Amino acid sequence: MKISPLGDSALTLDFADESSDQARLLARTLSAAERLEGANLPGVMDVTCAYESVAVFFDPARIEQHFEDKIGALVSSAGIRALRKARKIEIPVCYDDEFALDLARVAGQTFLTGDAIIALHSSIEYTVACIGFVPGFPFLAGLSDKLRVPRLESPRTKVPAGSVAIANAQAGIYPFESPGGWNVIGCTPLRLFRATENPPTLLRPGDRVRFRRITRAQFDAEQE
Amino acid sequence: MISSVILAGFQTTVQDCGRVGLRKFGVTPGGALDSVSLRLANLLVGNPDCMAGLECSSGRVRLKVDVDRLVAWAGGEFKIRVGDDLIPILHCARVSAGAAIEISPKRGGRAWLAISGGVDVPEILGSRATDLRAHFGGWAGRVLRDGDELPLGGESKLCSRMRKEISDVVSDWSAPRFVPRGRFLRVIRGKNWEDDIGEKLLGQKFRVAMNSDRMGLRLEGGEILPGNPRELVSEAVAPGTIQLPPSGAPVVLLGDCQTIGGYPKIAHVITVDLGHAAQLQPLDEVRFELIELEEARALLRERERDVALFRAGLEARFG
Repeated sequence: MKISPLGDSALTLDFADESSDQARLLARTLSAAERLEGANLPGVMDVTCAYESVAVFFDPARIEQHFEDKIGALVSSAGIRALRKARKIEIPVCYDDEFALDLARVAGQTFLTGDAIIALHSSIEYTVACIGFVPGFPFLAGLSDKLRVPRLESPRTKVPAGSVAIANAQAGIYPFESPGGWNVIGCTPLRLFRATENPPTLLRPGDRVRFRRITRAQFDAEQE
Repeated sequence: MISSVILAGFQTTVQDCGRVGLRKFGVTPGGALDSVSLRLANLLVGNPDCMAGLECSSGRVRLKVDVDRLVAWAGGEFKIRVGDDLIPILHCARVSAGAAIEISPKRGGRAWLAISGGVDVPEILGSRATDLRAHFGGWAGRVLRDGDELPLGGESKLCSRMRKEISDVVSDWSAPRFVPRGRFLRVIRGKNWEDDIGEKLLGQKFRVAMNSDRMGLRLEGGEILPGNPRELVSEAVAPGTIQLPPSGAPVVLLGDCQTIGGYPKIAHVITVDLGHAAQLQPLDEVRFELIELEEARALLRERERDVALFRAGLEARFG
């Protein structure tokens, strides 16, 4: 683990040197984040994780002496326990042409048929690596290598809410209409972000996610 | 108790000190881009320091209150009037029911206006700040428009004691002003700092690009070409982080920045200079100066002490 400052009021703990296995690293960061959150260290305001790292945000005026050492000690003993209690969540997706804005493009780049892409996309169990870009946007790890396609060369200014998309080794879902450069292959009727609830997101880091294919009629029926 | 927005300006939003502890859900802290300015304005009118006020940038703003209130402002170069009276920066002023508050940018930047009692919009995820990207918080999750009517909260005892002490329109008390040191923003090294990149960051003048916003200042005019452009694994970023995209044009992240990013983090603008960063406008020039982490933290502690002393002074006089 390597600790480095993220500005004057935060630290990044980088676990990349501990393993080359993505799933193991994810488990490591989630466990470390959970341990740090649970410790309620004075001055700590926020703990967040992403793939191979955890960030701790704090008020420099309120932290105790040897803050970094304490964090190091807490995290070293955190192990990789977090993933055992992962929640499993199913996301219904309509892959019809009207939603699958880039399916033809992905087919051209992967030499797969639309149906084969959909079958692959909805057969995998993904792990929520982190949430970011916009509130509630899940970065899902576990996409099949056969579905690796680059981002759009010029991003869309408006990606519709609920769009299910892929880019490089990742899958994701746009919680609300926003600009974006990922390849859109379907749409979910579920709402991923509700500002009036806490926690505000349907998904949380560490959750296991599967996509389930639905028809247009089911999409309308399940629309939230 | 309502403040009517007669003229809304171009990007006036309701902001407080932002959201805390929600980064793991992708929720940005947001809030006033210069939270110290908002906090001082609030203290000046007898509010708790993080109450919701207005962040004004460009365009003329005119407000009316339907009850007697106190107002104060801090931030960039603005002319703010109550009726015919000019309200100096970081002073407290009385506004009578029905009187107009007029905010016009001179050189501009951003200004924060506090009204006694605060803007009483619903608290969402622990804050009244407007999240413009996710469209929630503040007033209907958006910038203010002409004709909006903002609810005001009840005043504290401190406010009414302060009002009695203002003989004319403007108070004889004022708050400390934290003035920027020229056009320099002080930075500390980032995780992906390299000496040749750092030399280019510190050795050139940059210009703020037109497409800068509350998410970040996009800089142009001085290019830093990364030696070996790499795609990094995304990790947390923060307001102040200077990212270096493959274009070689650095971006200084501000309060509404996303929570994670994949570009190299070459440096970070120190927290006490973020308020100055928030004053920069398109075409402004900016330079960077390197300091050490411990100095940045000492400056932050020093400023917090100054704010605490000011608060203690007000409480001693009116509390």
